[in-house]
Amino acid sequence: MTHTGIPRTDVCIIGAGPAGALLADTLAAAGHDVVVLEAGPRFDPTDRLERMERSIRPGDSGLSVWDMGGKRDAYTSSGENFYPLNHARVKGVGGSTLHWQGMVMRLHESDFAATGPAGGEWPIDYDDLRSYYANAEQELGVAGAVDNPFSPPRDEPYPMPAFAPSHSDSIFAEACEALEITTHSVGNARNSVAYDGRSQCVGYGTCNPVCPSGAKYSADTTIEKAEAKGVRVVTEAPVQRLETTAAGERVEAAIYAKDGRTYRQEARQFILAAGGVEIPRLLLLSASDEHPDGLANSSGAVGRYFMEHLFAGMGGVLSGRETRQNHVGFMTTESHQFYDNDEPGIGPIKLEFLNYAGPSPVEIAMDSAEYGDDLLETLKASYGHNLAMGALVGQEPRKENYIGLDPSETDDHGNPVPDVHWRIGEQEKRTIARANEIQQAVLDELGVDIRWKIGPENTGPTYHHMGTTRMGTDPETSVVDARLRCHDVANLTIASSSVFVTSGAMNPTLTIAALALRAADFVDESLKQA
Amino acid sequence: MELTRRDALSALASVGIVAGGGSAFLASGDDGADVSRRQIVETMGAAADVLYPTEVTGIHAFVETYLTRKIDGRPAYRSQLGRAVVELNETAQDWYDAPFAELSVELRTQLLVEMGIPEADPSADPGETTARRLRYYIWNDLQYALYSSPTGGRLVGIENPQGHPGGLTYTKQP
Repeated sequence: MTHTGIPRTDVCIIGAGPAGALLADTLAAAGHDVVVLEAGPRFDPTDRLERMERSIRPGDSGLSVWDMGGKRDAYTSSGENFYPLNHARVKGVGGSTLHWQGMVMRLHESDFAATGPAGGEWPIDYDDLRSYYANAEQELGVAGAVDNPFSPPRDEPYPMPAFAPSHSDSIFAEACEALEITTHSVGNARNSVAYDGRSQCVGYGTCNPVCPSGAKYSADTTIEKAEAKGVRVVTEAPVQRLETTAAGERVEAAIYAKDGRTYRQEARQFILAAGGVEIPRLLLLSASDEHPDGLANSSGAVGRYFMEHLFAGMGGVLSGRETRQNHVGFMTTESHQFYDNDEPGIGPIKLEFLNYAGPSPVEIAMDSAEYGDDLLETLKASYGHNLAMGALVGQEPRKENYIGLDPSETDDHGNPVPDVHWRIGEQEKRTIARANEIQQAVLDELGVDIRWKIGPENTGPTYHHMGTTRMGTDPETSVVDARLRCHDVANLTIASSSVFVTSGAMNPTLTIAALALRAADFVDESLKQA
Repeated sequence: MELTRRDALSALASVGIVAGGGSAFLASGDDGADVSRRQIVETMGAAADVLYPTEVTGIHAFVETYLTRKIDGRPAYRSQLGRAVVELNETAQDWYDAPFAELSVELRTQLLVEMGIPEADPSADPGETTARRLRYYIWNDLQYALYSSPTGGRLVGIENPQGHPGGLTYTKQP
């Protein structure tokens, strides 16, 4: 038996992560009646310190920090490269901003025009998002400085001053200067001063996967604001499918599960904001006579062109100098010098100067069989001289990388689980190798004894899901238009990195937020016209 | 190097306990036996004598401050810690005819080693075996308390160890 949810609303948003939260808050501020359906729970903010302890102590798995795993979150990974999906997401109010690193930067102008073997031109350009980027920086609260000579143009200062460079940033600066590599600050969505009712960062050092102080932005704070404006949030309510009108032209209802019952939520406008995996999965689960290959999938592109950022890294020991790692938990310096490179067959590279290289003493202590004086000697010997660099490398959009359904395994509601089919291509491998060359040059310049390397052969994802409901002007090759509305379904909008056409190599959340704010304007317009 | 009340409060803050105190309580052991706050504190203090470096002083006051508030603030943890303390004391009684805290430091060390605690997999589910439970709730909880505190950080050369909200300033510049 299907029960009626909240009486028909103006807007039903599926997902309470950053995109869903910003849309809910913005549309509520515009006077609309909004319901948010969230698959996961609402986490009690007073539990954050206990979750932090879980993140540090070896007896708790990483997944336990945000209660991921089990039948609810079952998935398969069928591609050439294994994809650890549940490490890459959080289900709950706030979504993956609960465990993100909090680094925020704008895509470059080149990203919107990038082309590859599979194509990849966005139907919008940087200028279309420029003012929304600024609004997103205000909403999230970004600490930054206008010292990045490679960044796209901007008109306004950041809402907060940048964090001071770390101790090891100064060490790196010497080598980078010698090698003519320009370094600069990086935007952080964490408070360098008290901002928006949240405290200044106090340096717990565990930003990823949990910030106990609330200084790092997470979207549960935006949901709270939205609720104060009248938005209703239904938690632990996974949407099972979307039902359309008889002709299949509009979504009529979201069918969700809650407390063993099934509910039907009707609305005038529906917005999918559940991330790059669950959005295509829900569309595929919503296949019907009118949409036999999945809702909004006449193009066949739903789930396709899945992209990630790949990690390249290198680190070791710098004898004779204290590097003072693991103090603050986040990065303060990057270099985007190699982002818009013109090297043939090499994609964008974002260089990072890590502040958490090498072991954390408290973690070594709990992993060790030693104790007492012997343990202390080991800790003293192992801590203090590590240095490391990272990099994000963009991935080309390829149709054969996809999120599909695996009917051989079902979740706790009997639905086929998502199947991540992912392969790392040759361009990415070349680009990772190039990033490693740069990293080795810097570390060699400093005289670092390199002890580890993440290169083309052992790279992994950085947990940025992009590209599974790509944006475009052609309904035959894309899922949503420039307004983020599905080509096939008039009242269905998608707000997520799933609409990215190219990945770039910048952490995607600021662009997700900017796109969400832009989509809110279009949905508002549609509601007012109707 | 002396562990201070600030260290204990800092360690408490790192596990989410910001208020506490309260009167004595009973935590249930696995076998239904009750274990008092005093037994827990004494047992953990005795274990810390083994686990902490010799240059650290003020151990028992630190452990008492850290534990009494933590076990009041987290009932599930209190129950599991109580169970571990009961198991440790029962083993001490069986093998050496005295509760753990009444053994010499040498015998306490020997007992922990003989029980397999140093080699117990710290990443394994602490509920599966006694050794893993003691590793998680006694051994590693004491290491966490020390090395996420300001004094523990100073011991190894980091002024703001992971888990301690010591701010963003680096005291030593390159």
